[in-house]
Amino acid sequence: MNRESLEFDVVIVGAGPAGLSAACRLMQLANEAGKSLRVCVVEKGAEVGAHIISGAVFEPTALNELFPDWKGQGAPVTVAVEHDELHYLLSEKRSFKAPGFLMPKPMRNEGNYVISLGRLCRWLAEKAEALGAEIFTGFAAADVLYDDAGAVAGVVTGDMGIARDGSKKPNYQPGVELRAPYTIFAEGCRGHLGKRLMERFELRRDVDPQHYGIGIKEIWRIDPSRHRPGWVVHTLGWPLDNETEGGGFVYHGEDGLVLLGLIVALNYRNPYLNPFSEMQRWKHHPVVRRFLEGGTRIGYGARAVNKGGWQSVPKLSFPGGVMAGCDAGFLNPVKIKGNHTAMKTGMLAAEAVFEALETGGIPDMGGRYRQSWVDQELFRGRNFGPALAKFGTLVGSAFIWIDQNVFRGKLPFTLHNRVPDHASLDRAADSRKIDYSKPDGVLSFDRLSSVYLSNTNHEEDQPCHLVLTDPAIPIERNLPLYDEPAQRYCPAAVYEIVEAPGQPARFQINAQNCVHCKVCDIKDPAQNINWVPPEGGGGPNYVNM
Amino acid sequence: MKVLVSVKRVVDYNVRIQVKPDGSGVMLDGVKMSMNPFDEIALEEAIRLKEAGKATQIVAVSIGPQAVQEQLRSALALGADRAIHIPLDAAPQPVNAARALAGLSRRENPELILMGKQAIDDDCNQTPQMLAALLGWPQATFASKIELADKTATVAREVDAGLEYLSVDLPAVISADLRLNIPRYPKLPDIMKARRLPIETVTPEDLGVEFVPEARLLKVAPPPKRQAGRKVASVDELVAALRERGLLS
Amino acid sequence: MSKVLVIAEHDGETLNLSTSRTVACALALGPETIDVAVFAEAENKPAEAAARLNGVTRVLLVEHAANRNPVAAVLAPQVSALAKDYTHVLAPATTFGKDVLPRAAALLGVPQVSDIMRVLGRNVFERPIYAGNALETIETPPGIVVATVRTASFKAVAETGSAPVEKISLDFDCPTHTRFLRVEGSSGGGRPDLQSARVVVSGGRGLASKENFDLIYALADRLGAAVGASRAAVDAGFVPNDLQVGQTGKIIAPELYLAFGISGAIQHLAGIKDAGTIVAVNKDPDAPIFEVADIGLVGDLFEVLPALVDALPKDKS
Repeated sequence: MNRESLEFDVVIVGAGPAGLSAACRLMQLANEAGKSLRVCVVEKGAEVGAHIISGAVFEPTALNELFPDWKGQGAPVTVAVEHDELHYLLSEKRSFKAPGFLMPKPMRNEGNYVISLGRLCRWLAEKAEALGAEIFTGFAAADVLYDDAGAVAGVVTGDMGIARDGSKKPNYQPGVELRAPYTIFAEGCRGHLGKRLMERFELRRDVDPQHYGIGIKEIWRIDPSRHRPGWVVHTLGWPLDNETEGGGFVYHGEDGLVLLGLIVALNYRNPYLNPFSEMQRWKHHPVVRRFLEGGTRIGYGARAVNKGGWQSVPKLSFPGGVMAGCDAGFLNPVKIKGNHTAMKTGMLAAEAVFEALETGGIPDMGGRYRQSWVDQELFRGRNFGPALAKFGTLVGSAFIWIDQNVFRGKLPFTLHNRVPDHASLDRAADSRKIDYSKPDGVLSFDRLSSVYLSNTNHEEDQPCHLVLTDPAIPIERNLPLYDEPAQRYCPAAVYEIVEAPGQPARFQINAQNCVHCKVCDIKDPAQNINWVPPEGGGGPNYVNM
Repeated sequence: MKVLVSVKRVVDYNVRIQVKPDGSGVMLDGVKMSMNPFDEIALEEAIRLKEAGKATQIVAVSIGPQAVQEQLRSALALGADRAIHIPLDAAPQPVNAARALAGLSRRENPELILMGKQAIDDDCNQTPQMLAALLGWPQATFASKIELADKTATVAREVDAGLEYLSVDLPAVISADLRLNIPRYPKLPDIMKARRLPIETVTPEDLGVEFVPEARLLKVAPPPKRQAGRKVASVDELVAALRERGLLS
Repeated sequence: MSKVLVIAEHDGETLNLSTSRTVACALALGPETIDVAVFAEAENKPAEAAARLNGVTRVLLVEHAANRNPVAAVLAPQVSALAKDYTHVLAPATTFGKDVLPRAAALLGVPQVSDIMRVLGRNVFERPIYAGNALETIETPPGIVVATVRTASFKAVAETGSAPVEKISLDFDCPTHTRFLRVEGSSGGGRPDLQSARVVVSGGRGLASKENFDLIYALADRLGAAVGASRAAVDAGFVPNDLQVGQTGKIIAPELYLAFGISGAIQHLAGIKDAGTIVAVNKDPDAPIFEVADIGLVGDLFEVLPALVDALPKDKS
């Protein structure tokens, strides 16, 4: 089919911290060299920030490099961390607070800020546009374009106006080809194009599989007397058991808002575990509820995050392109921070591509990464994830303390975790059902009213964007073996097993609710669910997440 | 035929609005803003008239602060030929929006003015009617079908009783209802081009507009939550309860 | 003291109930007098009906050939001519009132208030914004108040009055640029339109099959109601999607909404938050819909639906 084609020097997929930093850096390099550069950023959310969600406590290292005068330029990085607490929750009521020396050094936050990543991205987008980059929101990069030699030649945006049955509606609009000698893929964790590229160019050969967590976050407006701007609180332990990695966060930001959430590692074993419900009951613990009482929940969202760290970083460049940010996976699991490394790798991608535009050939992203502080930082924390996976939370934490505070990450060996997350589930028959009590409607809530707060919407009449390779698997395999965990791991209640008297069980997909977290793509034991982008502009409309 | 389309910048219809705790308004910080959906429909109708050879020029106009230029650029990307920004610190209430638009109309002399029947933020449903009155033109509100002849338009209007058909002389003001059409998606290349097109600025002073005092906002509050009522134990009790409330004819 | 002019809505034969509700709003202003203007071709029943509304001081029957059908451009100059003797001009916020009144306000050079929900003072009103997701309280500037009234917020007044009916003839420039052609009724015998129906019977996943939805249709027919459905029922293929009520379907405000086998997810409730009375029937006592239902019945809808059809009188309309 004949699509319209637009030519650029660089196409960037994703207007998140990595993609936007790449755009800014490219334009800075071009302006310094007196060159004109056509850079296009394409973003599936309806606007920059619509699909951005992160804790977040932010380390300004990369920002200092990208815009040394960011403070003077009004970057929304204003709430300095004042106070850091780590609690180990023993049960639903009890806990103990870790004294300072027990916290692994990299987890401490002097010099960092509590921010809204969505706000920061909007600021970065303004900078990128002011520098001359073009950003197009509401357009999903649906597929990669290849040239005759098999190199990446750009992306094609998704068709709009396709009906559920695949036919063209009256307002059908074909996608457009965005062509460039180099494309930077910065789709965030488990990007769907990144997934394809990793397979096609074997980028994951000889590296550990990526490991993920699901982060479920809420924003609350709390009683002003309980608000402590700059307070950072982390929790370990309850409600997660010793075998399940994860932890909670409560950050006091600006405007009387508290940003809180729970991250559950997706290598959990119990198919009855419901990360959303774990997060909801976690809020009832005194360490968390002390801030929330009298407050109002105003935002909700969820997203998968990378935690494989150093051992899981894939090859980063391939003919015609590079990967940056969480699409490749640079989150530092010890610091539980990935925004600064996303920005830095975005900048490195820009530098690699800028050089390649001159010299031709494959951009040297890998080399730049290995020489950067991102590599050093991730290397130092490389044993964190595998230690927790191998030794459980208690012993694992002890190991980490020694590894980080005594040996500063320089232990002469590297642990590996080679079991992919989707292969970690025990059979339902061998697992214990978890009794989650009903949400109380004050501190805890149900999934549908949570999705409501994410302002999620999709054009109704469009093909389902959660594609099952084999439609029979949910009922014929996942249900008997694992009690179809999709019913529980999806934080948006997309997947349901519907049973009616006298009728066979049915796997229902409520694609309309999808918040684009990618957890189903990651956790389905049969790897049968393939997340592809729905029609551009659809999905959540997060406000300052 | 020149068609003037007025578009308003409003909170995107997907956003669940939250009221500010101090009751001074609705939280707008970081919230997605878009073209009023009914105005999108009006603009789409204008574009179709142009494609059908009935309109020769589409002029989009928006009143408000600098940010409304984003919506004017969207209008250009969708197919408007020109875009006019009437700058004001804040979007005016209908009584003054109509005055500004009337001033502009006297300058631009369109033969048809199209806009959405109401804005989804204030839900006033007044500006098109007021504009028509100030210009002394016919009005056809809540249009779900428009047929243009040489000097007249036949409009099907969605009214409570069904569909009402009016014939109006041109020039006229027509306000768009939901079922008039389904707007098209903007094309990425057109969005690119629209960023380079000029937007004309015309001030209220240029137009000689005299504004009148508007209603004063005292406070904004969330709606009262519906409470659970009573439970009944049988069909008979249910019927009795309905009868009691006068709900059965 | 306030003198209120209410613009009556009628179809030549019947006075629309909206007029009575608008009179109720007028009464909330505590006015000295309430006059009702009936614009008509000639003397008619609506004028007499208006005279019976409690609280009405006078009915002004404004006769003119052009008043045969309600054309905003014809009525507005007449309204503005009458308005000079009043402090308030009210019309129902129906398509009739919403069409005419802003035009009249513009001729008078004043702002208009749309959809009054509550009267808080001579010129202080509460009204819905953002589709009713927020309420604003506003104060109009000094001078005449021109406003439409949200009829669902006011109860019709009793009809035990006997106001005098005065014939008025107004001198005004009657425009000819707008011609009323015809009105086509919505369904002509079929079910009422879901968006504007007074009563809606709605079914959810609990119906379990497309065939079972016949029970919903049967009750709707008995009540002369429209039929709606939850998203779950639509997604399961029980009904086509133009029946979907909710955040991504239709947002409706019927006087009576009966929900069968609908759990009451917030997305569905968003579509019915402005309904007058919500009745819920569900076998799960914990279904969230019971938290907002005015009348709830925990029971098996397969028993309740047929029993209801039997117990209810056939709708006369």
